[in-house]
Amino acid sequence: MLDYIKLIALGLVAIVALYASDQGLDLAFRVHGVIIFAVVAGMFLWTLRSMGEKETPADTSGYMDGVVRAGVIATSFWGVVGFLVGVLIAFQLAFPVLNFEWAQPFANFGRLRPLHTSGVIFAFGGNALIMSSFYIVQRTCGARLWGGNLGWFVFWGYQLFIVLAATGYLLGSTQSKEYAEPEWYVDIWLTIVWVAFLIAFLGTIFKRREKHIYVANWFLLSFIVTVAMLHLVNNLSVPVSLMGSKSVQVFSGVQDAMTQWWYGHNAVGFFLTAGFLGMMYYFVPKQAGRPVFSYKLSIIHFWALIFLYIWAGPHHLHYTALPDWATTLGMVFSIILWMPSWGGMINGLMTLQGAWDKLRTDPIIRMMVISLAFYGMSTFEGPMMSIRAVNSLSHYTDWTIGHVHSGALGWNGMITFAALYFLTPRLWGRAQMHSSAAINWHFWLATIGIVLYASSMWVTGIMEGLMWREVDAQGFLVNSFADTVSAKFPMYVVRGLGGVMYLSGALIMVWNIWMTIRGAQPVRASVGIPAE
Amino acid sequence: MGFLNKHQILERSPTLLLVSSLLVVSIGGIVEIAPLFYLENTIEKVEGMRPYSPLELAGRDIYVREGCYVCHSQMIRPMRDEVERYGHYSLAAESMYDHPHQWGSKRTGPDLARVGGRYSDKWHVDHLTNPQSVVPESIMPKYAFLARATMDSDHIQDLMETHRFVGVPYSDVMIENAKADFKAQADPDSDFDGLLERYPNAVVSNFDEHDGITEMDALVAYLQMLGTLVDFSTFVPDANR
Repeated sequence: MLDYIKLIALGLVAIVALYASDQGLDLAFRVHGVIIFAVVAGMFLWTLRSMGEKETPADTSGYMDGVVRAGVIATSFWGVVGFLVGVLIAFQLAFPVLNFEWAQPFANFGRLRPLHTSGVIFAFGGNALIMSSFYIVQRTCGARLWGGNLGWFVFWGYQLFIVLAATGYLLGSTQSKEYAEPEWYVDIWLTIVWVAFLIAFLGTIFKRREKHIYVANWFLLSFIVTVAMLHLVNNLSVPVSLMGSKSVQVFSGVQDAMTQWWYGHNAVGFFLTAGFLGMMYYFVPKQAGRPVFSYKLSIIHFWALIFLYIWAGPHHLHYTALPDWATTLGMVFSIILWMPSWGGMINGLMTLQGAWDKLRTDPIIRMMVISLAFYGMSTFEGPMMSIRAVNSLSHYTDWTIGHVHSGALGWNGMITFAALYFLTPRLWGRAQMHSSAAINWHFWLATIGIVLYASSMWVTGIMEGLMWREVDAQGFLVNSFADTVSAKFPMYVVRGLGGVMYLSGALIMVWNIWMTIRGAQPVRASVGIPAE
Repeated sequence: MGFLNKHQILERSPTLLLVSSLLVVSIGGIVEIAPLFYLENTIEKVEGMRPYSPLELAGRDIYVREGCYVCHSQMIRPMRDEVERYGHYSLAAESMYDHPHQWGSKRTGPDLARVGGRYSDKWHVDHLTNPQSVVPESIMPKYAFLARATMDSDHIQDLMETHRFVGVPYSDVMIENAKADFKAQADPDSDFDGLLERYPNAVVSNFDEHDGITEMDALVAYLQMLGTLVDFSTFVPDANR
């Protein structure tokens, strides 16, 4: 009976998708109709074929790790895709001829840039977060992931979101809000997937066998809830037609700008910080074999961090038409935020107390340490750049880009690589990664790549900021805008090379993961017994 | 630090942890965003501001679609060099009909808030077709394909009605005449008096010098009106702010 209902539902969705692919008002919408039709038709056939077959009851006694294994592979895959697009657009800025004539309009910088940002933040980072929260919440609760196949729905639903968002950008579907570019129906789909994610995560916590909820889960929970709130408010829009991708934002001008940067900065604060701190709080103590340094510090810095972060958005809008009181609030809270941020870094680094010798022998620990170091560096640089006087120079320049990348490549990237190296052998029943030397290569390529990236962007950013404001003795501007563009060329090449090194490191990692899991049998991990 | 022991209550209840963290993260946004809908200096009206004409609105959608905001800001800060280079600093009212805003966050290219009227239509078309032909140092991609993409006005009324729904004051007359206005703005031989009455200061021109309306026409029409609506020779900033 259930199968019939499922078939009817899938059939209906397939018909709607087919209709949309034929009647859609724009290319992106029609292509999305085709993609959804293909997915749903595949599920329809699958359901039809397996009907009547006796179901073998799945083994649900151990941890649900299949979805984590899929997440490891998806994270590596999207990482490489995102870095590759990043390298391409970095070189497009140095050599505009790389905006290939034959690929217009699809591969111009303006369309590829959101593909890169969403690719690394949401596809690479998002998969890393979903996969590690599923792993962590099961281990720290001593319970199998709640909701049966809900975890799989979250995984595949999220991949569909990524594919719809990415193809949408290339085909010109965007609502032009940075890091929230996908159009209305993709946003609705992400909301559904995200709520399912929250339910699976929270359900597991509810049936935990440990009395206390572990600190990593506080961060992960606040990350999931806050991202839902940000996503819903920032994407309030009215579709022009139900048969087209175009929508009109509800807010306009100054209100919309404030909402956007409230969202934008907290995409950093909750997606890239709170969520990744959750990862840090599990993987660092595990790999070091030491307990978290200070429980009290974790309480204080958790509540301080999530309270303060939300206020920091207006520092993106200094000297704009946003009222001064709002930007002052943003600046003050950004500076205060320095403290809880460093609280997290200190708690992570000091966890290694008594295990510092592993820094010499364990390349994974080394990655975690460099990741925390970059976290500390960029959470100092951020508050500094939020000061009005500094911001008047740094805003609109490449300095911002450099700042973002020392955080994203250094902190988020490195902690994710460490988590992947931690998880892969455990999930596939190997004693260790295939090659320890390859991890070492990855570490150095990535680290030098980040250094090249960040330092070249400091140089161009500060240089162009100074060139823009330079006036001569008579009070005339010295440089035309075009002068500043050509002056940046050498540094753009250096930045691109840094990106190539970072990408090469990731490719070595993919090879290493592949060699580790090749021929291995997935292991079934039994549910742990809570400590008393 | 005895009070930290009370944290155990939160650590044992997922519901309490969820609700309290949601409360904690709500405060900042409410304090910073909600007042912007009521404060005088963020909702004031400035003389000259009008909704986009149909062709400009269509051009704005192309600006968004191609991701121009990724490299061009539309927000001039009140600093000496910016005012010298780009013109009067931007007012909140100047983006009041921008759903969503296009302030941008990066200047890989120059600010465009007041680019309207600075260059000829021909310059814009040449520049979009091949940026390096007019600015050798430019690293902007080519947008020649815009001139080959013809546009129709079939859905312009739906678009304007959606904008009206979210608060842009399009009148019934504006929406009734949308298709005619859309065509008239790209045709200097047309009867465009009604268009100019509804949308003062709109630039009427066959922007790309080809028959028919292309995406190039629409985009240049949008660029040529940017920042031209408020007359700063008569504008007096409110002393209260």
